Amino acid sequence: MITFDNVRLADVSRHFGRRRAVSHVTLDARSGDIIGLLGPNGAGKSTIIGMLATLVAPTAGSVTYGGQPARALRGDDLRASIGLLAHELYLYPELTARQNLDFFARLYGLQTSAVVPAALDTAGLSDRADDEVGGFSRGMRQRLALERALLHEPRLVLMDEPFTGLDDAATGVVRERIQRLSARGAIIVVATHDLDLADGLVTRVAIIRGGRLVADEPAAGGLRAHYRSMVGN
Amino acid sequence: MRPGFVAVALLVLKKDLAIEFKSREIVYTTLFFAVACVMIFSFAFVMEEGIPVQGAAAGILWIAVAFSGTLALGRTFERERYGETLRALLLAPASRAAVYAGKLFGMILMMAATEVVLTPMVAFFFHAPFFARPMLLVALLALGTVGFASVGTLFAAMLVRTRTRDVLLPILLYPVTIPVIIAGVRGTAALLQSPPEEPVATLWIGLLMAFDVVFITLALWTFEPLMTE
Repeated sequence: MITFDNVRLADVSRHFGRRRAVSHVTLDARSGDIIGLLGPNGAGKSTIIGMLATLVAPTAGSVTYGGQPARALRGDDLRASIGLLAHELYLYPELTARQNLDFFARLYGLQTSAVVPAALDTAGLSDRADDEVGGFSRGMRQRLALERALLHEPRLVLMDEPFTGLDDAATGVVRERIQRLSARGAIIVVATHDLDLADGLVTRVAIIRGGRLVADEPAAGGLRAHYRSMVGN
Repeated sequence: MRPGFVAVALLVLKKDLAIEFKSREIVYTTLFFAVACVMIFSFAFVMEEGIPVQGAAAGILWIAVAFSGTLALGRTFERERYGETLRALLLAPASRAAVYAGKLFGMILMMAATEVVLTPMVAFFFHAPFFARPMLLVALLALGTVGFASVGTLFAAMLVRTRTRDVLLPILLYPVTIPVIIAGVRGTAALLQSPPEEPVATLWIGLLMAFDVVFITLALWTFEPLMTE
């Protein structure tokens, strides 16, 4: 695992054929930051998350981790420092919750006997550990997917719509989890549409519209009104 | 400590087998498809007197292997598409080539399971003396399967997020694997001669080995860059 205190997107663009998904975005994230990546559907949030996760290569510009470009670092060492909770949950529905966590823990070289029961407990799924994930509600799968993404205590935590399908209590638990990760020094990027949930959670706001960064500033409350002034209804 | 190449490949294989053991979806569908394929050919090529058309067996065996293999490839990666778990594998701090190798081992095992049923069936319906030289037949099937699956696994992984993947997979796969299929058919046909033409079969086995080395090397080399969007 590589330890770094900042991540930087430097004038990054990503085109898919003739479509510009992301255009000339520069964004810095430091240890302890919780960056709210906000924007309408198709704004380019998921592409930015994908580039930060090393899954999507930028067409132009560079992504640096602790000042080092991704290509200068060993790919597997860098990926060991990244945790991604995507909109799709990266879980095998045919396997049980325990088997899913066990598989990913082994893939990351973790002691399964230590991390898997703890992750199941944090997800509130200890009593359903041996049930197939395909039979879980969206909220249960979301909680499990979050723990799967955080099994290896990543330095950079990327979350794409982390509150999808969660009830009020689970939302509170996830918010608390994100704040604990931030206090521990992780760099957190949360892409979300849920401005009410983001308000009071994120420490910085980056608003994307049409693939361009239109705002990057400290969060100061009143997020919905500010977002509407930048993006419209 | 992070797992090495072989450990990652075995982890991916074990996971695929665990899923298949629960659902039995791929084995049943490919087996059903392969058996149906042989049955249909047997109606066409076996005459009323019960005598099959000479020389058809080798081609029919390899057609059934290739078609059922294509079906298995599509289904295997459809599983990774659901929930985008392939991305999770690519994000893991493991060699991406090892992930490819794990998927490849799984495909080879699934195709081998089909071939275990398919080969005696073709031998029976087409009166083909496949087992006159069993080791040579096993070598042809094993090497042909590895060659077909190595290219197929790479292409199926590449196409996993493409909307037209079901159409594109055979369009890309068959032209590239034609040398493997030709070598398999010609080698198997040589074994069916009376007496079996062992030197000819051995020549095709050598060619299959060369194809496998080239295909696997290229696939391991290109998997990582091809899987980065």
